[in-house]
Amino acid sequence: MARRPGGRQRWGAPVASAAVTLPMFDPGDDPGPDFAELLRRQGLAPQAPPGSLGDALRIPHGTTVVAVRYADGVLMAGDRRATSGNFISHRSIEKVFPAGRHSGVAIAGAAGPAVEMVKLFQLQLEHYEKVEGAHLSLEGKANQLSQMVRANLPAAMQGLAVVPIFAGYDLRRRVGRLFQYDVTGGRYEEQDYAVSGSGSMHAGTVVKLGFREALRREQVVDLTLEALWQAAEEDSATGGPDLLRGIWPVVVTITEAGYERVVDAELAERFEVLLERMRATRSAVGLGGAPAGADHPAGPGGDAP
Amino acid sequence: MSMPFYVAPEQVMKDRADYARKGIARGRSLVGLRFADGILVCAENPSNTLRKISEIYDRIAFAGVGRYNEFDQLRIAGVRHADLKGYSFSREDVDARGLANSYAGILGQIFTHEMKPLEVEILVAEVGVEPAGDQLFHLLYDGTVLDEHDFSVLGGDAEAISERMSAAFADGLDLGRALATAVAALSGPDRTLSAAELEVALLERGSGRRFRRLDDATVAQLLGPDAAGEDDGGEPVAAVSGGDVAAGRGVAGATARTQPGDEPAPAPDGGAGDEPSDEPSDGAGDDAVPDDDAD
Repeated sequence: MARRPGGRQRWGAPVASAAVTLPMFDPGDDPGPDFAELLRRQGLAPQAPPGSLGDALRIPHGTTVVAVRYADGVLMAGDRRATSGNFISHRSIEKVFPAGRHSGVAIAGAAGPAVEMVKLFQLQLEHYEKVEGAHLSLEGKANQLSQMVRANLPAAMQGLAVVPIFAGYDLRRRVGRLFQYDVTGGRYEEQDYAVSGSGSMHAGTVVKLGFREALRREQVVDLTLEALWQAAEEDSATGGPDLLRGIWPVVVTITEAGYERVVDAELAERFEVLLERMRATRSAVGLGGAPAGADHPAGPGGDAP
Repeated sequence: MSMPFYVAPEQVMKDRADYARKGIARGRSLVGLRFADGILVCAENPSNTLRKISEIYDRIAFAGVGRYNEFDQLRIAGVRHADLKGYSFSREDVDARGLANSYAGILGQIFTHEMKPLEVEILVAEVGVEPAGDQLFHLLYDGTVLDEHDFSVLGGDAEAISERMSAAFADGLDLGRALATAVAALSGPDRTLSAAELEVALLERGSGRRFRRLDDATVAQLLGPDAAGEDDGGEPVAAVSGGDVAAGRGVAGATARTQPGDEPAPAPDGGAGDEPSDEPSDGAGDDAVPDDDAD
């Protein structure tokens, strides 16, 4: 790639070395609609750290994200906590982002590289759309993300792993689709639900038990909130709803109509219902006393704390 | 071994300019103008896939006339410029002025240093947060930048269209009226252009990505019943091969169908050289200025 800064430049020769010039390339050397490649050519691509970060530098990590297929498409959700070791570093970070009109990406792992990856991914989709004059298919987007996760592998080896979930509404097949990844960029399409992050085991179990074909929107929102609640109960790195500050998980639906965030007021209401139900269950099984309507007074509540 | 003939630099420049102007004049024109809610760009283009108008960034649009492959290369470079700048700094920092200057640099560079100048004119438009912030930068083949206020006309027939535009333009037109004004100026008194022969896009005031194309149905509806009626008259002529110049020929054919009357034939445009791709100078030694697209 012969770059000729200054001097006589031929038409088509790369004339750019900084971000604010007009990058042009020879036809055989053109990066096409690939924004990540363009960044590499311009020397702007993010670099992996030279050595392991170890424990000395505590990098914020994001935790639990969930995606579930339902009747109208898919739902994605993530808690709001980022942790650095045993500290809570942020209470209100967001881990679910739009990726074009009909898909979204949710991240777990080292927060800095993860947010950067999402930013690059979004830009890549937009760049492709503008250069090519066409949208990428859902499958194409999933593969793009796979390549970006793979490119992050050296950083992952140094302790900056990012493991996203990608989900969207496939306009050609008219269904919601889910993709899970591993740190090597392995891409696995899931049928019913996908989870990632430290609380994923508990969240995944709740979703797995509650999943049914063609859930309605309210049902799937409730199921996901319960999954995040249970993950927050068992995993210290996952944040529950913050009633004091009014911080709720990010929950979005992606349907034929596009990407839409569920408003906080609705989440607050649904959490209230969820908590009410849990209180009722606890008082039924918990402290003896057999409240009215308790069906199974001889539950496992005998050894209540 | 042979010594090249000496040619005066003035002559070289003049020849290049003539060459570029001739190439540009062969294509169809376009108009960009301010209206109440932003900026409207309207081009005569029968192709539904080879675009003259496209999105660069949130508030910036690009439009080109002349040789398709050349302005399309410039468009892609502009998208790269904008996306890189937005990535390095922030989305708000991407502006039309910086982009227009970069375009001017490369157009000027190529005009003076290359064998062949680019046969293009381009428009870089930015919609402001307030109407006062709207910008239209019109760039010529040699890198000249024109900062235009109300409207901008690019292409072969620019002078006549500009006259019609300045007679009809008013501040704060609504979308329908602005489109009608642009279309009337593009078509002139002797022709009518149907929605299928137009490419229309908007930059609407607001935040986020403001570029929006209007499809044929919307355009026909905005232009009213008289224009909508002709929609199915001529099947869309998608001329793919030589880009814009070829597309121009398609329009000439469609025009002949849609209007019964007086004009003898759109032949000068249609007949000029069948193969536009590499030697556009084959137009039988006519002189420079846009006479082959005369009205």
